Amino acid sequence: MSAQREGATQADAMDHSSGGAIGEIPYEPVFVGKMKEELDALLGRYPTKMAALLPTLWMVQRERGWVSEEAMVEVSQVLELTPAYVKGVVTFYTMYHQHPVGRYFIQVCTTSPCGACGAEKVVETLLQQTGCGDLGATSPDGRFTVIEVECLGACGFATPIMVNEEFIESVTPEKVSQVLSQFK
Amino acid sequence: MGYPHKTHPKETPILSKYFGEPQARTLEGWKERGGYRALQQALGMTPADIVNVVKESGLRGRGGAGFPTGMKWSFMKPGDGKAHYLCVNADESEPGTFKDREIMRWTPHALIEGTAIAAYAIGAEVAYIYIRGEFTEPLRVMEAAVKEVYAAGILGNNAMGSGHRVEVHVHRGAGAYICGEETALMNSLEGRRGNPRIKPPFPAVAGLFGQPTTINNVETLAAVPHILNNGAAWYKSLCLSNPKSTGSKLFSVCGNVTRPGNYEVTMGFPFKDFLYDLCGGPLPGRKFKAVIPGGSSVPIQTMEEAESTLMDYEGFVAKGTMLGSGGVIIFDDSQCMVKHIARFARFYAHESCAQCTQCREGTAWTTKILERIEAGGGTMQDFDTLLELADNMTGKTICVLSDSCAAPVVSGIQKFKHEFEAHITGKRCPFRATAAA
Repeated sequence: MSAQREGATQADAMDHSSGGAIGEIPYEPVFVGKMKEELDALLGRYPTKMAALLPTLWMVQRERGWVSEEAMVEVSQVLELTPAYVKGVVTFYTMYHQHPVGRYFIQVCTTSPCGACGAEKVVETLLQQTGCGDLGATSPDGRFTVIEVECLGACGFATPIMVNEEFIESVTPEKVSQVLSQFK
Repeated sequence: MGYPHKTHPKETPILSKYFGEPQARTLEGWKERGGYRALQQALGMTPADIVNVVKESGLRGRGGAGFPTGMKWSFMKPGDGKAHYLCVNADESEPGTFKDREIMRWTPHALIEGTAIAAYAIGAEVAYIYIRGEFTEPLRVMEAAVKEVYAAGILGNNAMGSGHRVEVHVHRGAGAYICGEETALMNSLEGRRGNPRIKPPFPAVAGLFGQPTTINNVETLAAVPHILNNGAAWYKSLCLSNPKSTGSKLFSVCGNVTRPGNYEVTMGFPFKDFLYDLCGGPLPGRKFKAVIPGGSSVPIQTMEEAESTLMDYEGFVAKGTMLGSGGVIIFDDSQCMVKHIARFARFYAHESCAQCTQCREGTAWTTKILERIEAGGGTMQDFDTLLELADNMTGKTICVLSDSCAAPVVSGIQKFKHEFEAHITGKRCPFRATAAA
């Protein structure tokens, strides 16, 4: 059995088990229409389909806000991989959300250089003002999730934070409320 | 947003000359500044001639290892009938380093031009620029620039009308420090977990997709067009100390310092002048205590060592550390070294890919012990345990992540042992006590 067929068989089996429960919202595939076209264009850049895995997962997250088990199955089908393989890759990288997160996902750098410039206070202030309370928890209004991350690569602009795809430099505890007000 | 300081008179602005100028980001603006002349020239040369010019210039890898670039390119055998690839390492994740980010944000075409020249020189038709997932703005800027050059016929099947095929694609990572390791980057690009590969085979033999591959850092490639435009002799003449270190180098400066940011100086520049003149010295009322000059993976320097260092590959080694990626992290006298070394260890524990036992276990236990010391629960025996762990983490794994975790621990204990001892005997962090008082 070729790797391709093996992958397809497993994907079919998993699709069946995860999509059938009564009352669940059926899974809407991501890669149809325009998204399929975008994927096909992407595939042209690489000699293997597997190489398109990271960008394909980015497309899923852009469309759905996170990467669900069902989405991993769909990705495995379009790239001729197994769902287990896709999950193995998803879980290796920190930026793919494996569960839904707040409308605004805030990542704060707390690695030493930022730590030396007061990143801990920025985290504290963000947790208070967003109402998240704890790291990784989503605020009761569903607006924010705050996490600490390792070096964001902007150490000279301490403390950098990311709000979804937006990169904001030189955040201080005093600037937090003004920063948050941009994200309704 | 923007470039945080004007060029200091003692800087040598070559790569950073157009930082902060939005027009330089566009193809038109870049051409007005002399852009793509070097690529045009290169496409009319033989690949071997380009490799020779780069060899002659003395350019060495700016990502950390300092390997001679021209020699690296010469490992790619022309006419072997295989597909060759070029990978551009834009996964800049080394704590303290943020120079490639500025190159991509402000001068995306400098990188594309250098990439295209390198690809042609090593016989690669396809190059991938692997940008770390968190660099959203550099990613957008690079993607826009790539689109522009394709539309202008600079890249593609007939690059600049030369008859040569040169493709450059931007590929986004997804959050993993280890993907800055060259073989992990290749695995990641192939759609795999970013685990480093055992070497040999080296990338020039079997790299990306199993084919001969060269991997270069962003800053290295951005220097290449300048070398072709101005000649190898000119680049070689940019040297203030050891002739084996030539050209200009971007240093990122962060931590407790008056003017953090990127500074470009000629190789061999005195570190003391750099720290006090260019970067403005310590914050008011403070004194510098320690410097990590080449990103978090290199040994820590005391100020005495740092102030007598000359800033090139050999100069940093002579003073017990390495140039590394040029990420200068400065701590002043308000900072607890134990806390920061523990935090670095935590970073490496988080970023370990966990393939090798020495790294997976070593980074985790090093972090636990250091955090216990910092919290006041340390014993004098911990020194031996930490140094033994460090010994087992050095030179014994597939890649050097584990060595990088050990470096600041060993140098920290050597140079700041009194701070560790103060935590152990006082059963608390002396810096925290000061802050509370």
